[in-house]
Formats: sequence, C-alpha cells, structure tokens
Amino acid sequence: MKTYKAQYKIAGGVHPEYHKELTRDKGIEIMPLPPLLHVYMSQHLGAHAKPILKKGDKVLRGQLIGESTGFVSAAVHAPTSGTVKNIEETRTAAGTFTQTVEIEPDGQDQWTSSLTPISNWESTDSKVLLNAIAAAGITGMGGAGFPSHVKLSPPSGKPIDTIIINGAECEPFLTADYRLMLEHAAEIWEGARIISKILGAKNIRIAIEDNKPEAISAMEKAIGTADDSVHIVILPTEYPHGAEKQQIFAITGRQVPSGGLPMDVGVVVQNVGTALAIRDAVVNGHPLTERVTTVTGLPLAQPKNVMARIGTPYSDLIKFCGGINGVAAKIISGGPMMGLAQSSLDATITKTTSGILVLPAKAVTFYEAMPCISCGRCVEACPVNLMPCDLSQMLEAEDYEAARDCNVMDCVECGCCAYECPAHRPLVQYMRQGKARVSAKILEEKAKQAGKEKK
Amino acid sequence: MSEETNNSQQYVVSSSPHTHSGASVRNIMLDVIIATIPAMLMSFWFFGFNAFRLIAVCVISCVIIEALCRKAMGRNVGITDLSAVVTGILLAFNLPPGLPSWMAVVGSFFAIVIAKQLFGGIGYNPFNPALIGRVVLLISFTGPMTTWSSWQAGPDMITTATPLGIVKMAFAAGQKVPFCFDSIMIKRFFIGDINGCIGEVSTAALLAGGIYLLMRRCISWHVPVFYAGTVAVFSGILWKINPALNMPPSFHILAGGLVLGAIFMATDMVTTPVTKKGLIIFGIGCGILTMIIRKWGGYPEGVSFAILLMNAVTPLINKATRPRVFGAKKS
Repeated sequence: MKTYKAQYKIAGGVHPEYHKELTRDKGIEIMPLPPLLHVYMSQHLGAHAKPILKKGDKVLRGQLIGESTGFVSAAVHAPTSGTVKNIEETRTAAGTFTQTVEIEPDGQDQWTSSLTPISNWESTDSKVLLNAIAAAGITGMGGAGFPSHVKLSPPSGKPIDTIIINGAECEPFLTADYRLMLEHAAEIWEGARIISKILGAKNIRIAIEDNKPEAISAMEKAIGTADDSVHIVILPTEYPHGAEKQQIFAITGRQVPSGGLPMDVGVVVQNVGTALAIRDAVVNGHPLTERVTTVTGLPLAQPKNVMARIGTPYSDLIKFCGGINGVAAKIISGGPMMGLAQSSLDATITKTTSGILVLPAKAVTFYEAMPCISCGRCVEACPVNLMPCDLSQMLEAEDYEAARDCNVMDCVECGCCAYECPAHRPLVQYMRQGKARVSAKILEEKAKQAGKEKK
Repeated sequence: MSEETNNSQQYVVSSSPHTHSGASVRNIMLDVIIATIPAMLMSFWFFGFNAFRLIAVCVISCVIIEALCRKAMGRNVGITDLSAVVTGILLAFNLPPGLPSWMAVVGSFFAIVIAKQLFGGIGYNPFNPALIGRVVLLISFTGPMTTWSSWQAGPDMITTATPLGIVKMAFAAGQKVPFCFDSIMIKRFFIGDINGCIGEVSTAALLAGGIYLLMRRCISWHVPVFYAGTVAVFSGILWKINPALNMPPSFHILAGGLVLGAIFMATDMVTTPVTKKGLIIFGIGCGILTMIIRKWGGYPEGVSFAILLMNAVTPLINKATRPRVFGAKKS
C-alpha cells in the first residue's frame, strides 16, 4: 500500500469556507426511531420504485416495500418494523413527486431474514454478489444516487482496471463521510475489496482531501499490509475534488470523454458510504435502511453526525439536534455548493441525503445581477474549462444553439462560477436552465428524425 | 405530506450555490481606487495643485455625467459600483498637468457617454473609457495635451517636452541619442522626477499599486509582464542593432505611460480577454504596437493607441483562446 499526493492538477476549483469544525469531532449518534417514517419510492437516479404493499400491512425492517422497475432503478426497503399507514404521492427534497410509503414503527425494529449473509464473499461468484447488492437496494450515497448494481456491471466491452473509493467530501459543512472513515475504516476497506472483486479491477484508490489527516491514517491502519495495487491518494482541499470526473483525472490523469461515463476510461467511483453499505449488504445481508447524515449549521443548537433511518423527516432530525436557535433563513438538503433549498422541513432522509444544512439570515443574501465585467474568474474557476461568462450571455439571449456549440452540456453544475462571480450573475443557474433546454431540443430533433424515417 | 405540519416558518428557496466568495464589482473598483493612491500622492508631490485639480475635476465630472446619462437613458443610476470614479482617476492620470479643467470635462464626457454608456454601461464597453477620453483630447487639443510644464521650473513655468518627446524630436532631426540614460537617470525615472502625464511618471508608485492589485486578485500578472517584456525585447533588439539611433530597453519601460498602461489600463477587466492565454496575447500585442508607434509612428508615445487597438480584437482573442473543454477530443 502507498499513500501519496494526487499527481494531476484539475482545472479550476474554489476554496469556500469549510465550517467542518461544527461537526468534525462529533461521533456518529444513532437517532431513535421517529414516530413516522415517509419512505420515497424515488431515492435514486432512474425509474421510481413501485410500492408493493397496501395500507395496514405489517412490515419488518429490511423487507422489500418498493420494487425496482427498470434497468436503472433500485429497490426500496422498510427502514424498521411496523405498519404501513398510508401510501400517497408526496414531494421529495429534490422537488419531484413520487409515491411515498408511510410507516409507523412498532418499536421492535425486527429484521427480516430475506437476504442471506455471505461471509465467504471472496470465494463467491461475482454475479451472486451483484444480485445481493441489487436486492439490498444500494445506490450511490454521495449525491447522485446512481444504482450501484448498474454501476458495478459495466458492459463486457468496458473493462475496469481501477476503482476509486471517494472520501473527498469536498462540500463545505459535511462530515458524514469523514466520520465513517474514522469509525468504520475496516468495513469500508472490506466494501472496497468486494467492489474490486466484482469488477475484476486490479487497482484500488482511496481518495481523501488533505484536510482530513485523521481519516487518512484511519484508512491506512485498516488497509494495513495490502499490496501495492492499493493507494491512498491525498487530494488537495479544493472544491470540487469530490466530483467524479474531476477526481478520476486528479488520480489517474484520465479524462472521461465529453458525454461519457467513468467506465469509458476503465474506472468506477464509489463513495465511502456506498462501500460501507455494499459491505453491509453482502456480509450482514442487510438492505439499505439507514445512513449517516450531517445535520449542521450555525443556528442549530447541537450540530451532529446522525445515523438516521431512511424516511426520517427533516423536522425530527432537527429536533434531535436540539432545534434551531433564533431564525433559520434557509434549509438545504446537502451542502451549500450543490445542495437543494427546502421550502419546509417536510422532506425526509433518502439514500442520498449527505447533510441537512441550516443557514442563518445573515448567510442568506439577495443579489441583483449586474452585467458581466469579463473578469474571467468564472473561466478560471470552471473545472470543466467552460467559459461561463460567455455561456450565460448566450443563454440570457436564449441562443441555445450557440450554447450547445460551446459545450454547455459538459457543465457539471458544481457552482464554482456563480460562487466566484463579482457581478453576482446566476451563472450555474443559467447553465442548468440551458442544459434542460438543449436536452429538450435534442430530444425534439431525434423525434423529428424518427418521424421522417417512418415516412 | 400532511397539511398540519408546521409551515409557520418561511424558508428562502433558491438554486445552488448557497454561498458566495464575497467578491463584488464595487469591491474590485474600490481596490483599483486604493491601488491608485501611491501614484496619486506622487502626482501631488511632483505637480502640486494641478494634479489635485485634474483628478478632482475628472472624478467629479465622470460621476455626475454617468448619473445624468443613466437617468436620461431611463436606467437606474448605477454610480454606486464606483466604476466612474476609477475612470475619472485614470483619465486624470493620462493628462498633462497644465491642461485646462474644461478640457478635462470634455474628456470625461467622451469617456463616460460615448465610450461607456452608449454601449450599454459597465460591462458592455468594448474600449477602455479613460483611454477614449484621453485620445479624443489628444486629437482635438493636441497643443495643450502635449505641453508639459516642467515642475522644476517653478513660477516661470517653462514648457518642455517629455523624455519620449525629446527622443522623438532628436531622432527625427537626424541627431543621435540626446541624453545618456545612466543609472542616475534610471533612478530619476523610477521615482518619477520627469515630465509626463500626472499619473504616469512614478514607476515606483505604480508598481506598488500593481502589487496590491495582484494580491487582491484584481489583475493577473500576465498582461503587465508580457506587455513590458515585449517592449523590453523589441526595444532591446533595436538597441542592439543600432545603439546610436535607439534608446535602451530600460528607457522604453520607464519613460512615458508604459507602466501606467500595463498595470492599470491594459488590465481593465471589461476590455481585455478572459482567458490566461488571451491575456498573454493581449500583452504581447500591446507591446509590439507600442514599440511600432514609438519607433515609426507620428506620436512619441503609443501606449493609449496600442491598448485601444488591442481592445478592438479582444472578442477575437477570446474566441481563439477558448480552452479545450475537459473530456473533449483533442483537435
């Protein structure tokens, strides 16, 4: 095993205030069961799961309650034992509507035994392991929520030689992955080995930013005397080193082609939390029913890293963290750079909720956008080498063709441009809108093309 | 979710990011103003009340004209961004000490109305407003704009030429190098004990401002370094070929408005490229044009024209230096 600094320098990047000190030394606390859990059927990228229970049904913890409905979809399980109180459509933290199963816990927290633990995974066929991961409903826990069994079964033409376990956690405020690495390093390491076995990848890279030396040494200790195919790669503390494509470049020097996926360059990236969940699914036979989330922010009485059940309402989490002192002006699901602002505390924890951030009024500023002064700071900050200043003006003028020619679709929406802009232009917001419009246009053209071919 | 959940609290909902670097246009302008202070103090020292008069007239007229113009155009009065103050100071820096105040006001009018507001105001102007103001005055009032009252002359106010003017006239008359540019001269030039526009003479003070701007990330080093570097190389080659009919590089860098131009004018964000590569091209272009004008042009000094000409090609430079997008095929 080797530990070293990342060799490749990514383009752009910013250094926001990190505020990790609020929770970095707070050990993971297990939150008691809330009175009601609201479990979304859409917690992942892809097709929503389909609820398979009805009102009044009894469930056990880990029991399947939502079936995967497509190739890119994921199963959803009961986070505890109890009774299904209701199934109705509600709005998620992401603002989309989905079927939601409301479960009243019975307090027994009794596990189902539907999944069999696989203790000797090293000598188990990869297909069996993949099935176990799919059956456990594991999705990426870093943010996007891409179903893990899909990520771990690339087509045969795409051999994977390297897996990266992402412990960068570059979003300010968040410390959930950091605490996992400190408290569960051995399990994360086992998860990493399971992933590498499934993919037949010879190289394992653990990616951690250099502001987390304790996590680096914890992982070093857990990995112990592994051979030289395992590297801990220390990334500079700079946002967005946790972004998949940027991280792959920093570690391997490979650029995921525009519009492509990490597997196109022989790499698969999984978050540390995902590695842990995969290990839990394989070794313990536990479906994904809980996750660690950082509940933080200056107005919060006791910021904490909380192990909470999927479906726990934000309001209960905030209560568990001592409530809010004074006035909260903004509630964010996730971190301040890419998180989603919430209109209420009604949303619940999903497999991808890395944090709940409460911002005070003084941190919430309203800006009037000025014309671009061509300072070039957005160009300097963009990790994808776009020119957000020009793109925003094209999009302001609704010139989607020009924006498309200038690679708007390559934007990763990290927000570095808007963070830097002295004219307070909503740069990344323009890009998001532009990407949606360009995608719609591409679909429209495809449909037209298909129509012509039919004739 | 159920309606009875507590909705008494209103939260702000907006698209991420939910944090900002804190940078603002106003703060950038404020930094530029702060960076001009050393050169301003030196101008008071060397040119006395005339320097104060010109700076005050230009700043006040620029701000008032900007406010009136925005009002007349039915736009919100945007003077709080302080950009008109910066234009005023930089215009004044580019004027000779004896220029009548009313001419300075004419310069302000052209800088603010013609060069800036008619194009849409801050951010939309293709040319550096202060330089447009200066060039309009130079062409319209060539006499007063090239009359230099030597500050050393005291009350008699003898008019003499700038070092660049002396050199130009000497070479034009077929004479050889008019004065020896030795270390004592270099020291005088560096401090600013020479004739020239009020803000351009003291290289030392301008450098101090430049270092501040670099530290505050208001300018990048590319333009000043490549601009001065190109001038040094260009003049160095000429000097090596024929030292009798050319001045050494140190003279070309210290004389005239080069340092003022390279640090404060050719680094104006709005009118210069946004990419680092583009800034390098911009700096080299300014250097070449400045030397061509100084050596072969009609005017002794070419900094203003060089920068304005490069302003004109800035959109092209931006287009040509667009960085290769991450993951895009190498072309």
